[in-house]
Amino acid sequence: MRHHRVSIPVVALVLALATCVVQGQGSTVDEIAKYRAALQDGNPAELWEARGAALWKDKRGPKNASLEPCDLGLGAGKVKGAYAELPRYFADADRVMDLETRIVWCMVTLQGYTEADAKRGPFGGPDRKADMEAYVAFVTSESRGIKMNVGQSHPKEQEAYRLGEKMFYFRGGTHDFACATCHGEDAKRIRLQDLPNLTQKAGAQKAYTTWPAYRVSQGELRSFQWRLNDCFRQQRFPELLFASDASIALTMFLARNANGAPFDAPSIKR
Amino acid sequence: MLPRPALVSVLVIAAAAAAILVGCATTPSDAQVSAKAAAVLKASFREQGQAKLDRLTQDDTQKTCSEYSGKALPKDIAERIEKGNLATIGWPADGKYLGDWKVGERIAQEGRGMQYSDDPKVAAGANCYACHQLAPQELSYGTIGPSLYQFGKVRGYTEENRKYAYGKIWNAEAYNACTNMPRFGHSGILNAQQVKDVVALLMDPDSPVNK
Repeated sequence: MRHHRVSIPVVALVLALATCVVQGQGSTVDEIAKYRAALQDGNPAELWEARGAALWKDKRGPKNASLEPCDLGLGAGKVKGAYAELPRYFADADRVMDLETRIVWCMVTLQGYTEADAKRGPFGGPDRKADMEAYVAFVTSESRGIKMNVGQSHPKEQEAYRLGEKMFYFRGGTHDFACATCHGEDAKRIRLQDLPNLTQKAGAQKAYTTWPAYRVSQGELRSFQWRLNDCFRQQRFPELLFASDASIALTMFLARNANGAPFDAPSIKR
Repeated sequence: MLPRPALVSVLVIAAAAAAILVGCATTPSDAQVSAKAAAVLKASFREQGQAKLDRLTQDDTQKTCSEYSGKALPKDIAERIEKGNLATIGWPADGKYLGDWKVGERIAQEGRGMQYSDDPKVAAGANCYACHQLAPQELSYGTIGPSLYQFGKVRGYTEENRKYAYGKIWNAEAYNACTNMPRFGHSGILNAQQVKDVVALLMDPDSPVNK
């Protein structure tokens, strides 16, 4: 009997403490969800979209030409819906290109920039805004609401997909990390950050269709090339080169896995 | 029946046709795609800060585990990986496994280390909380790895368990082939003393992990 009088309060205390911990975490997750919901009120990505739309028409570069005739895959001058079908094979370049690689191609062929100049400084920072991120914001915004439909009809598109899949599972660096280490299982998180499972359709769709994004923590519009670049930094790999073949192959793998979902970016993220 | 020279030439033509078909019509093998992916990766990165291009050169464990990602790992291959990694563990010279749990907690919280954006002169953290629950006071923990709350209390504060924790942190591939967990000692992320400090976080009865 005496035994019970001691143990019941102890059990109650332990239960209360356990509940505290669970509630503590639950409320943290809830607060983050509220914060994310509040962000959806207004998206500064619109500023990048507007700047990109204006820059797209501007006559620029050694040839003093605009990017308007740029063929993003649906024909010269057609921007609407183009991003939902990228990456794709382009016969004029005889290779698979993602959006950024194609913009570089158009800056070289239409405006007369060197490839090195067209690729320089693709990501904005505190001191400078990157034109590339404005172009990307404009072009991607023109696919909002359009279903992802990335093809595999050309052998080089099939090859890019298979290479991207291998790269997704490639373990290396000091920590043996692959993309799959963090993005290969459902309902996992790093600290409190939820991780999309990019090997499943639902996860790939949700993640891919919400990039590019305005990152509140950085005050910048971030492209999918940036997303890959920064993932590899955290993976402890060297620096992924902008518009490199690996970046295009990985984008092909992830974009095609998102097929069928309406594209919904530029979005806003923490 | 065809005369002998004609038969030979038919066979030669058939063999040549088969060779052409194999060469043209088949898609590249899995191994060929893997080799090309590794080569394309190497050409797609540049060294930055402390992250040199040799980080893209896989050792046997990384290569094998990449190959079997998403597939069942055959038992003999798992054993080969575990045996090879077990042999590399740098066991403490003094035979002691327990360091200072307070230092271990700082190492477990620290996320910086080995990224090209990190200062190579500052000791790297292990970022344990990124993937594991440890001390219950820390609510911001990840779930890629199992909860380690009450690690020592549940398993028992034995010498054997201290040694296991040390070995696991030093080289997790020695105990669970193709685990997601980094090989902290083996890859030079933590030194022996730092591994001991993290062992203490898990195995010291005074550590908040065991409260």
